[in-house]
Amino acid sequence: MVNPGKDQHMSPTSPPGTAQDTAGIHLAVGDRAPEQPRSAGAAMATENLHVYYGDFLAVRDVDLQFDDRRITALIGPSGCGKSTVLRCLNRMNDLVPGARVEGRVTYHGTDIYGPGVDEIEVRRRIGMVFQKPNPFPKSIYDNVAYGPRVTGAKDHLDDTVEQALRGAALWDEVKDKLKQNAYGLSGGQQQRLCIARAIATRPDVLLMDEPCSALDPIATSKIEDLMGELVQDFTIVIVTHNMQQAARVSHSTAFFTAQPDEHGDRVGTLVEFDRTLKIFEDPADKRTEDYISGKFG
Amino acid sequence: MAVTTAGRPRSSAGGSGRDLTPRSPRVGEKIIESLLAAAAGLSVLVTVGIIVALVVPLFTFFAHVSPIEFLTGTTWTASFGDKYSWDKDWGVLPLVSATFMATGIALAVAIPVGLGIAMFLSEYATTRARKVIKPVLELLAGIPTVVYGFLALTALTPILQPLLGIPNIYNLLVAGIVMGFMIVPTVASLSEDAMSAVPQALRSGSYALGANRRMTTLQVVFPAALSGIIAAIVLGLSRAVGETMILAVAGGNLARLTADPRDEAQTMTAFIAQIASGDAPQGSPVYYSLFAVGALLFVITLTINLISIRLVRRFRQVY
Repeated sequence: MVNPGKDQHMSPTSPPGTAQDTAGIHLAVGDRAPEQPRSAGAAMATENLHVYYGDFLAVRDVDLQFDDRRITALIGPSGCGKSTVLRCLNRMNDLVPGARVEGRVTYHGTDIYGPGVDEIEVRRRIGMVFQKPNPFPKSIYDNVAYGPRVTGAKDHLDDTVEQALRGAALWDEVKDKLKQNAYGLSGGQQQRLCIARAIATRPDVLLMDEPCSALDPIATSKIEDLMGELVQDFTIVIVTHNMQQAARVSHSTAFFTAQPDEHGDRVGTLVEFDRTLKIFEDPADKRTEDYISGKFG
Repeated sequence: MAVTTAGRPRSSAGGSGRDLTPRSPRVGEKIIESLLAAAAGLSVLVTVGIIVALVVPLFTFFAHVSPIEFLTGTTWTASFGDKYSWDKDWGVLPLVSATFMATGIALAVAIPVGLGIAMFLSEYATTRARKVIKPVLELLAGIPTVVYGFLALTALTPILQPLLGIPNIYNLLVAGIVMGFMIVPTVASLSEDAMSAVPQALRSGSYALGANRRMTTLQVVFPAALSGIIAAIVLGLSRAVGETMILAVAGGNLARLTADPRDEAQTMTAFIAQIASGDAPQGSPVYYSLFAVGALLFVITLTINLISIRLVRRFRQVY
């Protein structure tokens, strides 16, 4: 395992102590993510991660660590590769024709792209919630039971479903209509159902790809509260377009941008990775500062 | 002012400047509209004409034969004996049962093969494989059914006859199997369309939960596409019920009630084809029986279609 402490991981270009102007966006930094004692270590990490789609280099040279039972936010403008990086963490990019990964992605020290690793097993341990709520056209119960059923954990299914729905703060709203179709739920409820579905397989890591971008502010707030609960049990990695959201919920933040390479192709690049408080109040890189203060992106 | 008038030359040329009457009578528009309406009206007229032509002779037929005897009788001797005699057995069940038996055999072939092809093309095949298989499938759909019919008779029957102990070269089993292959393209192609239309997000959701491709296909994609798949099967079913040439050529012309698909038996369509191709003098009882069988076939296909509409609605998923 490399770089066991995130504080050591700094952008090489960091000028010391640049004063920041964050007055324009009233950020309640660390609102829901109070600084806690250092966690047990990294649940996942990437080393020299390069991702290609065919010949096109989408993301280059990403080194990140995702601390155990902490929330890590990936932020940056569109096309910066943050979702691509997220999809590498549970090998969802395997499903994209032509996608290729170089470098290492480790899960508790094991390279998930290494020989003998089954992507199905990877995804059972590293769950995912998508941008748009994507419940199956089945009943609420069957949606949550889907994961346990396909993984063969069919014992005590009712309990598993109830626990998952409680975990996703949805139980009280749906306990009387478990047999109804999931499409009868509101968008925010559907997204919490998708979270319940993801945690029903008892994963270790939860990846969230802009989970609130299709939701209204109230539903968004519920999901953010929920993330604060879930982080007791899960390591969470969230991609978000919403900087305030990153500031509110995450412990660490990675800022990506799209940098033109020598051929002029825009390649996703990790600019800066640090504690969220540091990124938002005292970013080391000018590009981070410009982005979070709204001058760019 | 210069800006507002620049785009409206009529306001200066037309005098009042606020003239809202059409600049030309627009005759072309009216002609096209009436041509299109005539085309639509023609199809209604043809449908009504067919129904009237089918129903009117029924009165003569059912004046001699009781509808109960027709629908429940188990012997059909229309093509035997004196053509001008009404004194025959007019029980249509042998024809109906042969039709359903052949259709059942065809579906038993077409559903697994067709859905297998659809699942393979939609969920497993590479783009390159799909580019080869789809056109071949569509080629299969373009083969005239009479060709299927004599292939059944000359190629498949001689192979299967000793294996399955088929007594006669004319039999429902081989005709049904071949008819199944005839409707495979229909079932496969429409099912594949329905499965491909299932949003990628549902597949991603399934894979992200640790499901493999088989589980994703069977438990997410298939149920989500069920409405379209049912529509595909029912369309295949309708084609099988109405299919004539394969059965007339390979199924035989012996109207009899049998439970053994290896027997020769005449379907409704095969009977119509046999009699309509010259055996029945106009005005003879056999001639009128054609309309009775034709009308029954029409009612059966219509019922299948109505049931299918209900089924498709019942299983339609909004995602």
